[in-house]
Amino acid sequence: MDAQISTCPALCRDCLSWWPDWRPPKAGRPRCPSCGGLRLLSHPELFSLSIAHMDCDAFYASVEKRDDPSLADKPLIIGGGKRGVVSTACYVARIRGVRSAMPMFKALELCPDAVVLRPRMEVYAAVSKQIRAMMDDLTPVIEPLSLDEAFLDLSGTERLHGAPPAVMLARLTRRMKDELGLTGSIGLSHNKFLAKVASDLDKPRGYSIIGRAQTADFLRDKPVRLIWGIGPAAQESLDRAGIRSFSDLLRWEKADLTARFGSMGTRLYHLARGEDFRSVSANEPVRSISNETTFFEDTSDPVILDGHLWRMAEKVSARAKAKGIAGRVVTLKLKRADHKILTRRISLRTPTQMADTLYRTARALLDQAEKQGPFRLLGCGLSDLVPDAQADTSGDLLDPGAESRARAERATDAIRNRFGTEAIMKGRTLR
Amino acid sequence: MKFSIERAALLKAVSQAQSVVERRNTIPILANVLIEAEGAQVQFRATDLDIEVVDKAPAMVERAGATTVAATTLHEIVRKLPDGAMVVLTADSAAGRLTVEAGRSNFSLATLPREDFPVMATSDYDVSFSAPAAVLRRLFDKSKFAVSTEETRYYLNGVYMHVADADGGKVLRCVATDGHRLARIDADLPAGASGMPGVIVPRKTVGELRKLLDDDEAEIAVSVSETKVRFATPAITLTSKVIDGTFPDYSRVIPMGNTRRLEVDATEFAKAVDRVSTVSSERSRAVKLQLGEDRLVLSVNAPDSGAAEEELAVAYGDESLEIGFNAKYLLEIASQVDRENAVFLFNSSGDPTLMREGNDQSAVYVVMPMRV
Repeated sequence: MDAQISTCPALCRDCLSWWPDWRPPKAGRPRCPSCGGLRLLSHPELFSLSIAHMDCDAFYASVEKRDDPSLADKPLIIGGGKRGVVSTACYVARIRGVRSAMPMFKALELCPDAVVLRPRMEVYAAVSKQIRAMMDDLTPVIEPLSLDEAFLDLSGTERLHGAPPAVMLARLTRRMKDELGLTGSIGLSHNKFLAKVASDLDKPRGYSIIGRAQTADFLRDKPVRLIWGIGPAAQESLDRAGIRSFSDLLRWEKADLTARFGSMGTRLYHLARGEDFRSVSANEPVRSISNETTFFEDTSDPVILDGHLWRMAEKVSARAKAKGIAGRVVTLKLKRADHKILTRRISLRTPTQMADTLYRTARALLDQAEKQGPFRLLGCGLSDLVPDAQADTSGDLLDPGAESRARAERATDAIRNRFGTEAIMKGRTLR
Repeated sequence: MKFSIERAALLKAVSQAQSVVERRNTIPILANVLIEAEGAQVQFRATDLDIEVVDKAPAMVERAGATTVAATTLHEIVRKLPDGAMVVLTADSAAGRLTVEAGRSNFSLATLPREDFPVMATSDYDVSFSAPAAVLRRLFDKSKFAVSTEETRYYLNGVYMHVADADGGKVLRCVATDGHRLARIDADLPAGASGMPGVIVPRKTVGELRKLLDDDEAEIAVSVSETKVRFATPAITLTSKVIDGTFPDYSRVIPMGNTRRLEVDATEFAKAVDRVSTVSSERSRAVKLQLGEDRLVLSVNAPDSGAAEEELAVAYGDESLEIGFNAKYLLEIASQVDRENAVFLFNSSGDPTLMREGNDQSAVYVVMPMRV
C-alpha cells in the first residue's frame, strides 16, 4: 500500500529519460536512474498537465554572449544609450541589482563595469523565429507574447509524439541549448496564468510545475502583484481595498469584486481560485505597430525631431510592409522633459503602409504639439490594421506629388530588399 | 422682464438658437441663450464664440429686460408644450430665476446674469450684397458634402466662397474639397458683390445657414469681411468667424484634358452603385466601372463577403476603360444631379475624373479614383 502511493511520474532533464512510475529514494537527493544526473523532475501531475509557458533566460543578453564569447563572464546590459532604459541585463549584471526597465544611469551606478550594447532587434527576431520553428514541431497552438516568450498548449499531443507534454518541453529547451546555444525556463500547469507564474519560479534554466491539487496552497500567501497586468497603479487600488495576497481575495464575493474593480474584479475572483479560462490562442492578431526612441538630450529642435520622426515612420512602415498590413490610424507619441506623455492620433481616409504618408500625417500632428517641447521621447505608430490590399488605394487631389513619392518609396524598398537597409536612405535620416 | 409669446414663434426662435450652442461646454454661460425683451419683440441670442445667431420674434412685452437661461432646457420645455399655447416668461432677477408658464404648466429655471454673456464684437464689413435664398441654397447644398473633417488640414473644413472668373464673366463661386473629391459651384454674381474677399465659411456655419434658406422668396443680406461673414433675414442674423487660412489653389486640381465621355442617367446610376456596394462590408467600398461601347458594368468584389455586378445602358464611344471609385463618393456626386444626365469625363484609371450635369459648367465635381 505504502509503496504504491510513493511512485510518481518523473523525467530527467539531462538525458531526457522518463518514467510514469518512478520510485523516489527513501533518503538522499534523488538521482536519475539512467544517467545519475541531479536534474530529475518529479511531480504527481507531471504527465497530465499540458499548458506551458516558455520564457528565454535574459534573451537579448544571451544572444549577444553567444555571438561574442568574450562577453561570457562580463556583466552585460542591453539597452539604449545613456538616457535610455535597460531592456535586458544578463545574470551577472542582475546579481549586482540591475533590472529590466531600470534607467540606464542607475544601472551603470550599480554596475559601472558593465558592457552596454544597443539591441540588435533584427538578430533577435531571427533567433526568435528559429525558436518558434522548434515550438511548431510540438504543437500548432502557440501564443507568442514577445520575441522571447510564448504560451504553448500541448493538450492531445501525447499520442502523436509518443511522450507526454512535460517530456516534449524538456526536449524543447534541450534543443534550444544544443542548436541555438540559448537557455529557457518552462512553467507547466493547467492554465495560462499559472503556467506563466511557474516559468518565473526558478529561472534561469528552470522547469516548474504547479499541479491542480497544489494550486490553492501555492497561491494562498502569494502577493496579488504576481498577476500579469497588476502594475503599481492597480496594486495601489487593491491596497486600498486591503487586498495584498490571494487569501485576501478569497474573502471577497464575486459581485463585490466586480462592483469595485470592474471586469478586472471578475478576473481576480477566478485567478484567486487558480482559475483562468483564457485559451492559448495561436492567432492573436496584431493590433498596432509602433516605434519610439528616447533622445540623448531633451530637444525641441524641429529639425532634430523631424529627423527622428522620419526614421520612426520608416521603421513602422518597414514592419507593416513585412507583415503585409496597413493601418488607418496614425499615432504620434511624445514624452516631455517632465515625463508627461502626449499622444495625438488621426484617422486616415485610406489605410496606409507608406513611410511617406505616415511621416506626413504624423508631422502635421507634431506641428501642432511642437510648442509643448522640449521632448525626451518621440514615437509613431499605426493601428486599426487591415490587409495591405486595402491600403493606399486612393491618391490625394491636393497633393499630386504623392504618387511619384510613393513610386520612389517602392523603388527604395526593392533596392533595400536586394542590397540591405543601408543601401539607400533619405538625407533626413542622417539628421 | 416679462412677456408672452405664441408657442410656435417661441419654438422656432429657440431651436435656431440652441442648435448653435455646443453640447459639451466648459464655459457655463455659453450653454445659455440671451433673451432680450423690448418694444414689441424679443431677441434670442446664442453663441459658441465662433458663430452667433440672433433670432427675433414678435411678443407682447409687459416689462422690458433681459436674462440668460440654459438653451437646451428651454428648447425642450417649449417643444413639449401643446401647440397653440400662449407662453409667459418672467424673469425674477432677485431670485435668479426665469419662470415659464403655459396653461397649467409652470417651470422655474436657473439664470445667469446677462452681463456675463459674450456678445460678438460688431465689425465693419468690406462688402454687403443681397442674394436670393434659392441661389445661396444651391451654392452651399451642392458643395458642402465635399467639406473635409480632417483637423490637420483645417483650411479645408469649410466652403470657400469667393468671386471668380468664368467663361461668361465674374461669378459667385463656392468650392469645397477634402482631397478625395471636390465640388465647384457657380452662380451669377449678385450686384455689389464684386469686391468681396474670398472667405472659408466653416462647416458648422454652413449647417446653421441652411436653416435661413428654406424660404424660396427670401432675400438674404450677406456681409463679408476678411475675418467675418454675416447672413441675415429680417428675423434671423447669423454671424460667423471665417477660417483663418488659405484655401489651396483648386484650379489645377480640375482636369481640363479628360476626353473619355460617359453619359448616364444619374438616378439609375446611383441606384446601381448603391445595389452592388451592398455586398462589401469594408468602410471604403470600392466599385469598379468597366466601360465599353455604350455599356457600363459596375462591380464589387469583396473576397470575404461576396461579389456583385450590374450592367447599365449608357452613352460611351471611347476606348474601353476600367476604373475604381469609393462607392460613397460616387453616390454623393451622382445625387447632386437633378435635372439632366450625369456626364463623366475620364482620363486614365489613375487620374482624377470630372463629373457635371449635362453640359452645365456651373456645377463641376472632381473625384479621385481608387485602385481596385
